[in-house]
Parts: sequence; structure tokens; C-alpha cells
Amino acid sequence: MKIIVCVKQVPDTSGKVAVNPDGTLNRASMATITNPDDLNAVEAALTLKEQTGAEVVVVSMGPPPAEGMLRELMARGADRAVLVSGREFGGSDTYATSQILAAAINKIGLEDEDIVLCGRQAIDGDTAQVGPQIAEKLGLPQVSYAAEIVKDGKTLTVKRMLEDGYMTVKVSTPCLLTCIKELNEPRYMSVSGIFECYSKPYEVYDYETLKDDPLIDATTIGLKGSPTNIFKSFTPPQKGAGMMMEGADKATCEQLAGLLAAKHLI
Amino acid sequence: MDFHLTREQEMIRKMLREFAENEVKPLAQEVDEEERFPMETVEKMAKLGLMGIYFDKKYGGAGGDILTYAMAVEELSKVCGTTGVILSAHTSLCCAPIYENGTEEQKMKYLPDLLSGKKIGAFGLTEPNAGTDASGQQTTAVLDESGENYVLNGSKCFITNGTVAETFVIFAMTDPKLGNKGISAFIVEKSFPGFSVGKHEKKMGIRGSSTCDLIFEDCIVPKANLLGKEGEGFKIAMKTLDGGRIGIAAQALGIGEGAVDEAIKYTQERVQFKKRLSQFQNTQFQLADMHTRMQAAQYLVYAAAMKKQNHEPYSMDAAMAKLFAAEAASDVTRRAVQLFGGYGYTREYPVERMMRDAKITEIYEGTSEVQRMVISSHLGVK
Repeated sequence: MKIIVCVKQVPDTSGKVAVNPDGTLNRASMATITNPDDLNAVEAALTLKEQTGAEVVVVSMGPPPAEGMLRELMARGADRAVLVSGREFGGSDTYATSQILAAAINKIGLEDEDIVLCGRQAIDGDTAQVGPQIAEKLGLPQVSYAAEIVKDGKTLTVKRMLEDGYMTVKVSTPCLLTCIKELNEPRYMSVSGIFECYSKPYEVYDYETLKDDPLIDATTIGLKGSPTNIFKSFTPPQKGAGMMMEGADKATCEQLAGLLAAKHLI
Repeated sequence: MDFHLTREQEMIRKMLREFAENEVKPLAQEVDEEERFPMETVEKMAKLGLMGIYFDKKYGGAGGDILTYAMAVEELSKVCGTTGVILSAHTSLCCAPIYENGTEEQKMKYLPDLLSGKKIGAFGLTEPNAGTDASGQQTTAVLDESGENYVLNGSKCFITNGTVAETFVIFAMTDPKLGNKGISAFIVEKSFPGFSVGKHEKKMGIRGSSTCDLIFEDCIVPKANLLGKEGEGFKIAMKTLDGGRIGIAAQALGIGEGAVDEAIKYTQERVQFKKRLSQFQNTQFQLADMHTRMQAAQYLVYAAAMKKQNHEPYSMDAAMAKLFAAEAASDVTRRAVQLFGGYGYTREYPVERMMRDAKITEIYEGTSEVQRMVISSHLGVK
């Protein structure tokens, strides 16, 4: 059994966000981190590994320096890593990216009991599209917003967290899940993990490696294969800290009404 | 000399910073105020392999190196001096002497639990009348009639990790006539009959660490627990303390660096005379000096760690590292309190704690005066 986790290296938006004149992110001038939701997906895989002995494979598409991130994920406990990297893949939007990652997953090979995990969305694009698109392209059942995963043989019981409540879904493997931060608390790298991570298997898939997959052709990958056009990108304004009021009594309601009235909201 | 860290060491540093910031720093003030041993932190450290960083995997260690261990003590001490010394005493003073002097049987019996952090280790050399003059040991160990067990009598004091440790490396006189050469080392378990823990010291700093007396009243220690040969105890103790000094030097280094970090942050926020404190030249010069001293300390500490790792003689290097780092930490933390002004003197800010924590690094595991003795003797100055 194998768990393939798709991960993305993203700019650390908790620091300074640099935007190029054309509106795209100036990635070179920003520190990078592993996308937070993807860390939850990796943690979920490592937990399942502890329960089942599954092999955990981390996959990322990105430039060669993304190797550092993949090594760190192996230091947390992943068994091997694949970096999908090539000039032909540059400029891909979510459609093209999912096409390429799906081909990479085909190359790694999906068996009956295998699971693909993705983070819900990346903090740079915030689209939440890549995971579901990979599932569609691979013809896999998908469950998004996983907040709890229980595995029993070939059946996974997944609790999805939606805006207004939870939904529990049963799905059989092979399948794809997208993970949210409520799912778990990602572990740290361990000392022995760090000293082992550079001797674990690490592969790079370039265009040559994947070109025979039916999903890959010049019209579906890279900038040319990306139907998305970016008009503008911006840093959303910081939200102020919210205010919590507790209580069901009249005084609390009056206080709330007073606050809303003071802001001319009611 | 190559001052570049390996990619693994860089990664360890990143992990340690995240761990220290998220798990250790939030508890630092509380463990100091309440004089509480942070057992939950030790459990988390154990999971990450931090309780056995540089030891062989065969015995349950993490397979790292000595510089990585020094960096771990440094990073933890930046935010909490207590946590730094817990790791240092456990690793350098208990795991190391067993690892370096134990028989294969002793290593297989004691190291896996210590290195995995299942058990905490401690070291008992100091006695009320044998501090810097460690040769004045009054604790005795006599082989009983059966010839199977040693019987220990006496007491030890100022034992770091004393109340929480389960495995101890203890020194006692097996032949008082021979002086230093009559001292032997033993591995003592907390559960051995006749062993007990005495009074807990109330300290100025590192208040979350446990420091107590150990009492031996006809304490039965199996002969199989003699560490090294009879009469080798003093040699084992001195060798152990050479290594321990790297740990304490790293603790001092971390405390000082932590104070510099806090002072840089604070002086950029605090405004007096309509200027940030950081805009005054006095502040700039103070911080420049403070950082320079800590950077110099870091080079000395790392050099000593690398020499030990490479099995080169490092006794003088460890002494210089500890001497310099401890005095630098005391100086830098005192200056940090001064830069914070009145707020620095309050327990609301961490720098007064750092100043109290720094002081001990000039005293334990060989005072600064002892380090000067070690260094001058290596120079052949008599």
C-alpha cells in the first residue's frame, strides 16, 4: 500500500509579500515554506503509515530548489520523493498542473489500496482546484475538506468539514482526498529523520520522463496549455482581530446591539 | 577551518528553532516562576530524538554529531536556559560516560532507555566538601562479603536532573588511600536499595531544572555496574566534564544570543525623546558589542564540538569555549537588562530571567577559575 502526497512550495506570506510590476508574485525575493495544508496531508499520510505500514511518497512540481522541501518532508518520515521539474512545465495554471501531476502519479503507479492526498489549497493562489482536478484526470473518487480519516481495509470513512457542519462519507480506494488544517497537528522533523533524509530515494521526473503519458502534450501543459489569464494579483488587506461575545442573556444581546448600532450597521 | 554547516545541520537548526519557538518559549516564564520541571517538554524532545542526538543508532541514538547536539542546547537555551541544561546534563554527564566507558552489556542495558528519553540521566560527583576539589570524595564504595555488590555510603549535592532522573553515574572512593586513583564510577539506578533523593535547592536561575542532594545509605550496587575499572573514576569524571563543558558553553551561548535577540526587538519598539531606542548610538554600539561577543563565543563552542567529533584533543578548547561563552553570556544579559531599563528589571520581560540563568554557567561543570586552570596547564604555565 502506498500513499502519494502532492505538495507545493509556496512563498512565506507571513513575511514580506513582493509583487512584480506585472502583478505576479516575485518568488525569488521571498522565503519559501511548504504549503501549510499540504503539511496536514503529509501528517495524515504518516499517521496512516504508522497504522498500516504504508509507503509514503511525496510529489511536488516546481523548480530544482524544491528538493530542499522534499528532503525536509522525508526528514518528517516520508519514504521517498519525486520532483516534477522541467522548462516545459513552467507557467502552468491549475489545469495544466493537475494534468502534469496526474501523469506523475500514473508514472509512480496507483494500486488498489493506494491513496492520494493533497492539501485543500495553496496559500499563494488559494484556488483549491489542483487536488480535485487530479482526481478527475485519474478517474478517482474524491473527498475534499477531510477533517478526519479512518481506514478500514479498502474503505475510508472521511469526515468532511463544510461551512455549516460536517458530512461523513465512505469512499473506497484508490481515491483522492484533500486535507484541511483541522485534520491534525503536523509533526516536526526528527533528528534521525534529518540525518537519513539525504539517503532516501529521490527522483526527478522531467518532460522526457512523462511525455508518453496521454495526459501530456504541448497543448495541455506549461504556459501554452494554461487557459487561465491573470489580470491582477494583490495582497488582501489584513483582517482586524475579531471580537467574541459569549452569553445568551439580555445584557449580552443589548451590548451586541449597542456595538452594531455604534458602527451604524443596524 | 570550515565554518559552514552541513545541509543536515542547517535543517536541524530550522527544526530546533520551530520547536523552541512553539513548544519551549511559551513555557519558559512559567517553569521559572513556578520552579517546575518541564516534563512535557522532555517528552516532546524525546519523540524528536533530541535526548540521544549524537549516539549510535545501535543503542537507540539518533545518529547525529556533537555539533548538532551543541546547536540543540544553544537553540533551546535561547528561549529557556532550564530546558538547555536538562538536555546538557542528561546527554553529556550521563549518556556520554556510559557510552564512552561502558561495557557492551552496560551500554545495551542502559543506553536505549536514556537515548530514547524514556529515562532521564544525571551525574553525581559534587559533594558538600568536594566541589572544585573533586578529589576530596567522601562517598565510599566497599565490595561486600559476597564480592557481588558494592555498598555505597555518603551523599552528593547540586545534582542537576536529580529528582527526575532514573539512571545516575555516581563517583565514590573504593580506596581512600590512593586519593584520586582510589575513585571509581558506578551506574546507579533510582530503584537500588539504600538510594534516596534529598533536599531540592532553591536557585537564583534555571529554576525549572531540578537540583538536589542524593543520599546513599548502604546502597547496594551490583558489581556489574562498575563503570570502567576500579580506580578509573577520576579519569572518567574529568573526561566527562571536558565533554560537559561543550554542553554548558552551548547553553551560555544560547542564553546570551537569546538576550541579544530580545534587546534588538525591544529597542526598535521602545520610544524615548521621540526616538526609538535603536536610533541612539549608545544602543547601536551596545548591541554591536553584544552580538560580537556572542559570535566569538559561537566560534569557540562550535570549534570545540567539531574537535570532539573528529576525536582530536579538545579539553583546552572546551575550557576556553565554556569560559568565554559563560562570561560573555553574563555580560550580555546584564547589558540587555540595562537596555530594557525599568521594564528589564520586571519579570514581565524575559531578560532578567536570562541574566539569572546566565550566572550559573560561570559556576557549574567547572567554574571560570577552573577553566583558567585547565587552559593555563595546557599552555604549560606553572
